[in-house]
Amino acid sequence: MHLAYPAVLAALLFATGLYGVLARRNAILVLMSVELMLNAVNLNLVAFDVWLRDTLHAGQALTLFTIAIAAAEIGIGLAIVLMVYRNRGTSDVDKLRDTAEGHEPARPDDNTARPEVAA
Amino acid sequence: MSTTTLAVLVPVLPFLGAVAGLLLGRTAPGLVRPLAILPTLGAAVLAVFVAVRQGGGPAIETATELTPTGSVPIDLSLYLDGFAVLVAVLVGVVATCVQVYSTAYLRDDPRYPSYAALVSLFTSAMLLVVYSGDLMVLLVGWEVMGICSYFLVGHYWETEAARSASLKAFLVTKLGDVPFLIGLFALATDADSFQITKILRTVASGGLDHPTLIALLLLAGVAGKSAQFPLHTWLPDAMAGPTPVSALIHAATMVAAGIYFVARLLPVFEASRAALVVMAVMAAVTMVGSALAALAQDDIKRVLAYSTIGQLGYMTGALAVGDRAAAVFHLLSHGAFKALLFLGAGVIIHAAGTNSLAAMSRMDGLAKRIPDAFWTMTIALLALAAIPPFAGFFSKEAVLVAAEQTATGHSDTAPGAAGWLVLVAGVLTALLTAAYATRLWLMAFRGRGAAAPDHGREPVAMTGVLWLLAVPTVGFGLAAGTLADWFGGRELTPTVATSVLGTGAALIGIVLTYGLWQRAAAQAAAAVGATAAPAPGKAPAGPATGAPGTAPAPASVAAEESAESAALAAVSAAETPEVAEVTHDHPAVPAGPAPDPGRALLGPLHRHAADGFHLDAVYDRLFVRPVRAAATLVRFLDREVVDTYVRGAGAGPRLLGGLVRRAQTGNVQSYLSALLAGAVVLAIATAVLANVNAGS
Amino acid sequence: MSIATAPLAPLAAAGHGFLSPTGVEIAFVLVGLATLGAALVTVTTKQLVHAALWLVVALGGIAVEYLLLTAEFIAWVQVLIYLGSVVVLLLFGLMLTKAPIGRSPDADSGNRWVALGVAGLAGATLVWVVVDAFRATWIDLDGPAQGSTKVTGEILFQHWVLPFEALSVLLLAALIGAIVLSRRNTAAEEAADAAARTGKGQR
Repeated sequence: MHLAYPAVLAALLFATGLYGVLARRNAILVLMSVELMLNAVNLNLVAFDVWLRDTLHAGQALTLFTIAIAAAEIGIGLAIVLMVYRNRGTSDVDKLRDTAEGHEPARPDDNTARPEVAA
Repeated sequence: MSTTTLAVLVPVLPFLGAVAGLLLGRTAPGLVRPLAILPTLGAAVLAVFVAVRQGGGPAIETATELTPTGSVPIDLSLYLDGFAVLVAVLVGVVATCVQVYSTAYLRDDPRYPSYAALVSLFTSAMLLVVYSGDLMVLLVGWEVMGICSYFLVGHYWETEAARSASLKAFLVTKLGDVPFLIGLFALATDADSFQITKILRTVASGGLDHPTLIALLLLAGVAGKSAQFPLHTWLPDAMAGPTPVSALIHAATMVAAGIYFVARLLPVFEASRAALVVMAVMAAVTMVGSALAALAQDDIKRVLAYSTIGQLGYMTGALAVGDRAAAVFHLLSHGAFKALLFLGAGVIIHAAGTNSLAAMSRMDGLAKRIPDAFWTMTIALLALAAIPPFAGFFSKEAVLVAAEQTATGHSDTAPGAAGWLVLVAGVLTALLTAAYATRLWLMAFRGRGAAAPDHGREPVAMTGVLWLLAVPTVGFGLAAGTLADWFGGRELTPTVATSVLGTGAALIGIVLTYGLWQRAAAQAAAAVGATAAPAPGKAPAGPATGAPGTAPAPASVAAEESAESAALAAVSAAETPEVAEVTHDHPAVPAGPAPDPGRALLGPLHRHAADGFHLDAVYDRLFVRPVRAAATLVRFLDREVVDTYVRGAGAGPRLLGGLVRRAQTGNVQSYLSALLAGAVVLAIATAVLANVNAGS
Repeated sequence: MSIATAPLAPLAAAGHGFLSPTGVEIAFVLVGLATLGAALVTVTTKQLVHAALWLVVALGGIAVEYLLLTAEFIAWVQVLIYLGSVVVLLLFGLMLTKAPIGRSPDADSGNRWVALGVAGLAGATLVWVVVDAFRATWIDLDGPAQGSTKVTGEILFQHWVLPFEALSVLLLAALIGAIVLSRRNTAAEEAADAAARTGKGQR
């Protein structure tokens, strides 16, 4: 089989995931896009492992690890999203702008916590 | 010990005293007074020893090279000729007197330890200047004196006058020191050495390439240090310092340094006739101008300061006619009687509680309160007025004789014009000197009015010193004959013509002043009567016995005089002393007109003379204001032009920062987009580059 | 969606065109197109739950691709973990954050066009580089299966034991971290605080 097929498919999947990460508003959808990117990488790993006929099968082993790590990542990521949602009442990525210049605290009860920087 | 070892100890002892005094001043207050007096006294005694050992013979020279200093070697060297050892004796004696006097005069001063240490350091520096055989080492002493005078004049730094006076003294002398330094370098370049003997040998062999330039440059420094016109303006203001400091700095040591320096390097100046003429003109202007100014001053210390300037003019005049023996002779005798005058003035100020002569002339019996000061001051004033047989007479005659000889063409070095100039100015100044000395004496001791305040007897430390200094004031001139060896073997005896001329002028001055004073006193008394303020129970003594008789004078006569007295009162009120150097409480000085012979003597010139001929105002116009204007311009340029660039440099990044700040939206996705876009661009660049490289 | 696929379709067609396709290749390309389409729908749909379901299709497609590449163990792991657990987790996450059911018009942020540009550029670059690099490279799929469970098990437990065990520790840490993060501030903490306060009072 031509190596370009899995490689091109992986590249396109990666680009699709990238678009999702950058364009999606909901944090969980962003996580899904991250999964797509990870899978693109996994596909690449497997394809090249098969092509190289590596005696250690490093590509496949790494794919397994990646899958495990991706599972851990999705768990932690979801936990963070849940906490953010509980604290802020939203899981929209573009509403979490605490690092913005001249940011006003979202909650009205601690509006003295941060001095006004923008002048 | 050898003479050289003794001579080295002379400047070293006061220096060690100063260091010890500064170190121990706070921790051991009991040691301050011994540390102040004993090293200075030791230096004075050693200086006498050195003078005796040297004996007026050929100069003792010794030199040690500490370290090689390149093409122009700098040595630690001594050069002891007759003038040097005599001046050292004067410095030592006057410094000792001043130290002893200061223990009483400044006994309540909290800054006495540092004051005494600075006086010691000052003495040490002057002795270094006197003994040094190397111009660089001499310059060290010269500059140390400058900084010490700055500190000592500013001793009462709480007062604005003292602060500005010390700054003025420092800046004006430094103004002279810059050309002085350049002149020293030029001289050393021409002579290939800083050593005085080598320089003198070079001069003798005609090896000096630019004598006029060097002499004029050096003369600028001398004029600054020795307070000669036009750099004399710091000296009257420097009276803001304590009186003993005035006696030390402005009578015996610092101002003498310039004269002494010229005397030592006189052959250099003689190599240029132009320099001698310039010196003569400087001396003449200084003499006459300062004597006129002294006549119009109200502050007793300012009178003495202008008198110092005038007497220094005499010395410069003597040097201008190429007679260093006369100059040093006058330097020595003047050092003695001027120190006496200043210290006596300190006692008078102490007793009267004021600096103002006008106020003293309204006090009765000041002479009886301080008999020691009265008698010694009388002697010193007679010496100042050059009345025989006091010291001033002989030394001044020596100057006049030298001038007369030059004027009549007996000198082969100095031009005749310089001689005439010095002679005429000298005789005129003799008259004026006698006049202001008489005025000072009359106004200080022959005042009438309220009784002078009684502070009890002055301390022995103060009066004893006065009598000690009175001895050379009386006897130094007579003893000059025995000191001829030290003065290069020349007899400094007066000739008949010049003595008649000088003493006659002095007597004319005395008589004229006395007569005018009597008239002024009578007018003042009449004015007092006319303004209906009779002094209760005080019958004025003295020659003006007609004064009480005029008190009930008819109003028609008193009318015009009261107008005059009102004017007088207004003027004298404006002449209140600049620095009230009051050491204890005094009753208010009685107001009213004061009989001032100087006013009548000077006539319309009085106003200008009282202001030092407006030289300060001229300097203000010429230098201070342009400098201030330049400073304002610089400040404007800095604020408006340079700062604009700085502000622009700040505003640019600020603007850019504002733009970049826009990007800080807080949206993580846009950050990530930018990051990844950058990464992609980099990746593309890498890929393209790899392709290009692979293809080539 | 159409904008995203427009530049990609010709490339895929071109890659497909100049080769002589085998059966495996045809199957791979077809499954790949389905996978890519599902992925594109996943990142563009406005219904959040549908996105999760389309993700299942995409991940399943990738599992099929693994099978076609003879890596069967990984394919099953993919099905088990991704389809079985990750997607379920994501669905739970959507539910817990009260994601709206049905079309939500604001599913994409304002960063969309920038994202499209970056992603398009990145994809084009990657495809170009990959095609350029592996134009004449062939995978030999004959011979023994390289990704069978036996082979994978052997290499995993012969050569990769230490990373494997380290990974288990990592998973444990992630487990605990997820628990700590998602735990609510309950009465237990306040009770702990109260205990600390009383302890201080006793002292």
